[in-house]
Amino acid sequence: MTAVATAPDSVAGSAPERPEGAWATLVRGLRLSPELRDGLAGTIALAVLATAGRIVVPVLVQQTIDTGIRGRTGPDIGRIGLMVGVGAVAVALTALCASAMNVRLYRISETALAALRTRAFRHIHDLSMLHQQAERRGALVSRVTSDVDQISQFVQFGGIILLVSFCQLVLATAVMLWYSWPLTIVVYLAFAPLILAMRLVQKRLSVAYTASRERVGYLLGSVAESVVGAPVIRAHGIQDRTAERIDTAIESYRSAQAKALRLSVTAFSGGEIAAGLANAGVVVLGVLLGLGGGLTVGQLTAFLFLVALFVQPVQISTEMLNEGQNAIAGWRRILAILDTRPDVADPDIAVPGSGHDLPPGPIGVTFRGVRFAYPTGPDVLSDIDLEIPPRTRVAIVGETGSGKTTLAKLLTRLMDPSGGEVLLSGQPLRRIRFASLRSRVVMVPQDGFLFDATVAGNVRFGSPGAADEEIELAFTELGLADWLESLPAGVHTPVGERGESLSVGERQLVAIARAYLADPDLLVLDEATSAVDPATEVRLQRALDSLTRGRTTVAIAHRLSTAEAADEVIVVDAGRIAQRGPHAELVTQEGSPYAGLHASWVSQTR
Amino acid sequence: MIRNDVLWRGLRILRHSVREEPRIFAASALGSTLFGLATIGAAYVVGGIIAHVVVPAFDSGKTSAGALALAVLALLAVSLLKIVGIIGRRIGAGNMQFRLQATYRRRVTRKYLQLPLAWHQRHPTGSLLSNANSDVEAAWFPIAPFPFAVGVVIMVFVAAAAMFATDWVLALVGLLVFPALFVINYAYSRRMSPRMTRAQQLRAELSTLAHESFDGALVVKTMGREEAETDRFRAKAAELRDALVGAGRVRGVFDPLMEALPNTGTLIVLFVGAIRVKSGVLSVQDLVSVAFLFTVLAFPLRAIGWVLGELPRSVVGWDRLQTVLTATGSMTTGSKTLSGTGPAALELRDVSFAYAGADPVLEDVGLELPPGRTVALVGPTGSGKSTLTTLVSRLVDPDTGQVLLDGVDATELAVDEVTGAVALVPQTTFVFDDSIRGNVTLGGEYGDEAVWSALALAQAEKFVRALPEGLDTLVGERGTSLSGGQRQRIALARALVRRPRLLVLDDATSSVDPSVEAAILRGLRGADLAATVLVVAYRRATIALADEVVYIESGRIQARGSHAELLASTAGYAHLVTAYEDAERERQRELAAELDDELDDQLDDEEVSA
Repeated sequence: MTAVATAPDSVAGSAPERPEGAWATLVRGLRLSPELRDGLAGTIALAVLATAGRIVVPVLVQQTIDTGIRGRTGPDIGRIGLMVGVGAVAVALTALCASAMNVRLYRISETALAALRTRAFRHIHDLSMLHQQAERRGALVSRVTSDVDQISQFVQFGGIILLVSFCQLVLATAVMLWYSWPLTIVVYLAFAPLILAMRLVQKRLSVAYTASRERVGYLLGSVAESVVGAPVIRAHGIQDRTAERIDTAIESYRSAQAKALRLSVTAFSGGEIAAGLANAGVVVLGVLLGLGGGLTVGQLTAFLFLVALFVQPVQISTEMLNEGQNAIAGWRRILAILDTRPDVADPDIAVPGSGHDLPPGPIGVTFRGVRFAYPTGPDVLSDIDLEIPPRTRVAIVGETGSGKTTLAKLLTRLMDPSGGEVLLSGQPLRRIRFASLRSRVVMVPQDGFLFDATVAGNVRFGSPGAADEEIELAFTELGLADWLESLPAGVHTPVGERGESLSVGERQLVAIARAYLADPDLLVLDEATSAVDPATEVRLQRALDSLTRGRTTVAIAHRLSTAEAADEVIVVDAGRIAQRGPHAELVTQEGSPYAGLHASWVSQTR
Repeated sequence: MIRNDVLWRGLRILRHSVREEPRIFAASALGSTLFGLATIGAAYVVGGIIAHVVVPAFDSGKTSAGALALAVLALLAVSLLKIVGIIGRRIGAGNMQFRLQATYRRRVTRKYLQLPLAWHQRHPTGSLLSNANSDVEAAWFPIAPFPFAVGVVIMVFVAAAAMFATDWVLALVGLLVFPALFVINYAYSRRMSPRMTRAQQLRAELSTLAHESFDGALVVKTMGREEAETDRFRAKAAELRDALVGAGRVRGVFDPLMEALPNTGTLIVLFVGAIRVKSGVLSVQDLVSVAFLFTVLAFPLRAIGWVLGELPRSVVGWDRLQTVLTATGSMTTGSKTLSGTGPAALELRDVSFAYAGADPVLEDVGLELPPGRTVALVGPTGSGKSTLTTLVSRLVDPDTGQVLLDGVDATELAVDEVTGAVALVPQTTFVFDDSIRGNVTLGGEYGDEAVWSALALAQAEKFVRALPEGLDTLVGERGTSLSGGQRQRIALARALVRRPRLLVLDDATSSVDPSVEAAILRGLRGADLAATVLVVAYRRATIALADEVVYIESGRIQARGSHAELLASTAGYAHLVTAYEDAERERQRELAAELDDELDDQLDDEEVSA
């Protein structure tokens, strides 16, 4: 791979100029998690009961005072006792219903969100390499961790309260209407401007909260860089500079949070104004109505009390709004990931029914007029026409940045060509099912990434179910039995995070064993032994040679020992095939790129 | 025992938060108090309006515009006070929370930078990300409702005083709510804490898993293991889900109980009050106002519940942060400085080193590099070469023995002395999400000229010049837009621009093609480097650069001398460096044998035909 791959269209939604509205996001989010609707009827029923209890208790208190204590004959202890008893039962029932509802909501939301996390995780793996690399890993991690956490915090804390508040609003309205419909209209008129204002600030709030969620991703990216790059940072003593970079990310997140909060607080302190207006309106109209004989003192008092019950949920909901917006921004980021269509997709997913399996047997490779450029970049490869017959061992050589790795990535369909076509055994690569492709074509990438498991666990990654003996045998066949023996616990030796308990060369040995045991028909080695010592490399190569006869091998190498042993050498220069043929032939073509490379190689190694 | 209680510790964290942000806390608590008083005031205003405006109007059948206007004004004035209170409280509380988060994120990440590499090797990236993110969030989660709760407490005191002034028996009965609140909370914390600990732990594990999986995305893809990885993630996500549902079960019961408390209090007050009114010790009006105070308190009291409910999670987050913040093992530094200029002298004295829980990687290594000497370190894969380079550049300290620079023990040197003198080009290059320039200078004060000449020496000038924005081209996270060989050359330039006195190259040209490598080596040889050089190498040409070769095997230095001497004296060394030639010779022999066979066959055929 060469030159700058300017980031491909960065994963959708990471630079939203006009994010979709909160409501639209919410609707799409809910549609994406049908689990959230599981047993919704029951939950709502419980919510209504819990809310009814919350209204019944204050009403009972009110009634107890009015009829029991203020009664004409003084307090009626029997009646009060009865009402207090009823109240106690109501309190207990309310608590019971609320608990049952809460527990249900916790269970439903966590189940739904675990599924959402998993779906987003899978989708990230389905995205093409270029898309994956467009975003920092830390930021990708934040999408399946903290973005989802934001939603759950909201659904469980805010969501419960919003649900109950909504019920309370509805019930309070019903009772208010029963007392007096003109006064109810006054209350609603007082709140109307608030609803209008909410619609207006909604967009700005969305932008502010989305920005805040993005900064989290950026922050995690910076922290991850400082942790993964720990050795370099220490080697060059740049702790201060790194700290500054992280501080910038921390500070930008904090200021984004503060900005979003300021916006939401000022916007929604309007709720309190509305409450004041509602009270004032009710007093004025209530008195006027009363003068006309349409209302008694008791009714007006009761109504004012109901206004308080109506205002309360509005106040509480605005308290929740901060988290609500956060959750929606988190949701938006997850939706953005799920909305990004994988540009290199399994044929059966791209066009259902269009997928084929690779025909059995050794695999031949054809490049037909292949061209490749990164988005907005110049051509990295052009006019590649190539035929690799089955069972041949091909070495691809060329200067760094000449396009060798790109060739390997096209061959294994990590990327699709910008023009032309790649065929395996005569089948267009785009039509081959991933399941078939990945089991038959295996690539050992430049950095042999290992998972934090044992040696055996890593080798088994390519062939699940392989027994320890098979793994040991693979190492033996590759001539690596001595090395394996030198490990403290053989195949059960843990390799550490990213394989860092092993040396770089040792990691490559494990990566090769992993590919070898997967037993592919086409093996692509991209600088797979660059950090291995020459003696081990030669031994490994001989082993691979004898073992890979019968399968097709494409090896990219800077060490020309690989080329010397190959059936055919392909020399790539500035994105084009400059030379091809057996080593013995190419090396005699004086003044050719290969002759030059080989001369340097010989002068360095002999 | 009580001192270890979650509630107690949670309250101490809150106290700590006040100490960190006293002013902003005071402002928000003030706002909250204002809000609380305005809430009580509002109740009185409504009562006053009913008594003095509504009742007379209904009784007399007429009212005055002035009375109505006064009522409206009073209601709006109270609303205004509430708004001021709300703004003060919410903006204050939010900013307090954000600032605390930022402060602790800074502290944690600073600590990451301070802690030695050995510590990092024991802690997975995902878990460290989780510390800086979700644990910080968890620790300061109760801050959002905290000032509100403090305001409520003040409100409660005012209300309590009013109640005591009215009727002490009733007040006492009503205030029983508070001990009940703490009893419920105690039971809650005890059940919640272990669940929350587990949930935060699982959050970290999930983050670790996701980070690793995305890090290895290429391997996942090329092996077609997306489904298996998803299963792995799904299983961990399910564990987290179960833990959170378990915690939810406790929390889900706690919240309604907290809500039921004030209502229960009101009912008890009503009943007891009615008896007292009946017996004539209390007036009806007093009972009504006490009951009323209770209904007003009901909602704000929940703020206390919110704070208490979050305390277990806060304590867990705090504890997880403390394990990072109190981690020890930062490298000891002394006060000595290196006075020399020009090439540095390096000496390793009886150095042994083992990674935690593993067999020794280096044993009793003694090595001396006089100033200006170039030494090649040669050895098979896994023999300890890279470890030696990390010791020399003081990324890690030896378990026993000493590393000396210019004769001074590296552990006695002042901060930045080693990094100022030694530059390491590691085997795996790490490139920052920054421009080419930023990646070479790493924030140091180097002019463009110096950067270009370092790039030229690293054979990176040509491709950097071809980049659209030259030195200012951004390279993406970990240099994903550059090829392996290009990244290595940037890392080499990074070391060279610093004009180190000791240059340590750990197989630093492994991804570079032969002709470029040859050019780099020619450049290094020709350059006026003024550095002592330790180079890990396999290739003859690199070895030829060296004045001396050190052969290492299984963590011990086996031999040292010139290339020719080692070739003659040390079989392991000879085997390693002549591997390619041997392979080539072997191949020629095989080819010749094949040819012979064919010739023989042909001869046979000829004989037959003859």
